Amino acid sequence: MAAGMASPTDQDKGGTAFDPAEFLASARDGHMMALGIHYVAHGADWCELALGYDRRLVSDATSGILASGPIVSLIDMATTLAVWAKRGGFHPHATLDLRLDSLRPARPGEPVTGRAERYRITRRVAFVRGIAHDGDPADPIAHAAGTYMLLDTQ
Amino acid sequence: MTAVTLLPYADFLGIRVEGVLDGAPLLAMPFSEGLVGAPGRLHGGAIAGLLEIAAIAAIDATLEGGEDPRSIFKPITVTVDFMRPGMLVETYACGEVVRIGGRIANVAVNAWQDDPDRIIATARMNLAISPPPKTE
Repeated sequence: MAAGMASPTDQDKGGTAFDPAEFLASARDGHMMALGIHYVAHGADWCELALGYDRRLVSDATSGILASGPIVSLIDMATTLAVWAKRGGFHPHATLDLRLDSLRPARPGEPVTGRAERYRITRRVAFVRGIAHDGDPADPIAHAAGTYMLLDTQ
Repeated sequence: MTAVTLLPYADFLGIRVEGVLDGAPLLAMPFSEGLVGAPGRLHGGAIAGLLEIAAIAAIDATLEGGEDPRSIFKPITVTVDFMRPGMLVETYACGEVVRIGGRIANVAVNAWQDDPDRIIATARMNLAISPPPKTE
């Protein structure tokens, strides 16, 4: 594939050649399935997934607050799917880094939604960001920023 | 150091305490199908989860004996750098408490697999320390 900045051609591919819903539905095992992460919605360069509340994922049995690890997994998958949606298909990449700011504890019992977008893509790197919320996107529980190394470009 | 209490999320990932390394709990996460991301690779989120648990265990160990019940550690920021792909084998992690104050702890934590000198991921975490919850 010709490497380069996002072009109108790439734009057209977004959401057509690659379907995050189908991709997630086809998973038979693995970490996403173990966590119970499922598809919510996507667009040309964004993806929204959700994680049902599960007491096995809490950081403290007394408080019932989710650990940050499952939220990192949720955001990492949503950002990955946002990149693939943008690039129009499955292209291997590796997470270079991911930072999660935990803005407030998730409300025990509530599902968590992760919405991520790919806001910049260069020849070798995709830049992503996202939020996680438990009902109100205007009152997020976490903010994330990360980068991916694209492995199929030079 | 006696018993280290891990989080429920640690049980979910299958993490156990393997021993002690430089005074901090050494954690091991055996391979299981539920940790797989891309084919043939561990999911980055599972590695991040192991790093988080190792970081909290490291702080817990420094406070041990001083408090009962345990304090609660709430991650404020976590930054994970992934250096090498996680292969489908056991993964280890151990944290180093860089600074612990009254309210905030800063921890550096590394994860590796076969070779401790070949780190697959590293994280820095800032955590808020809250007093133990009152038992009802």
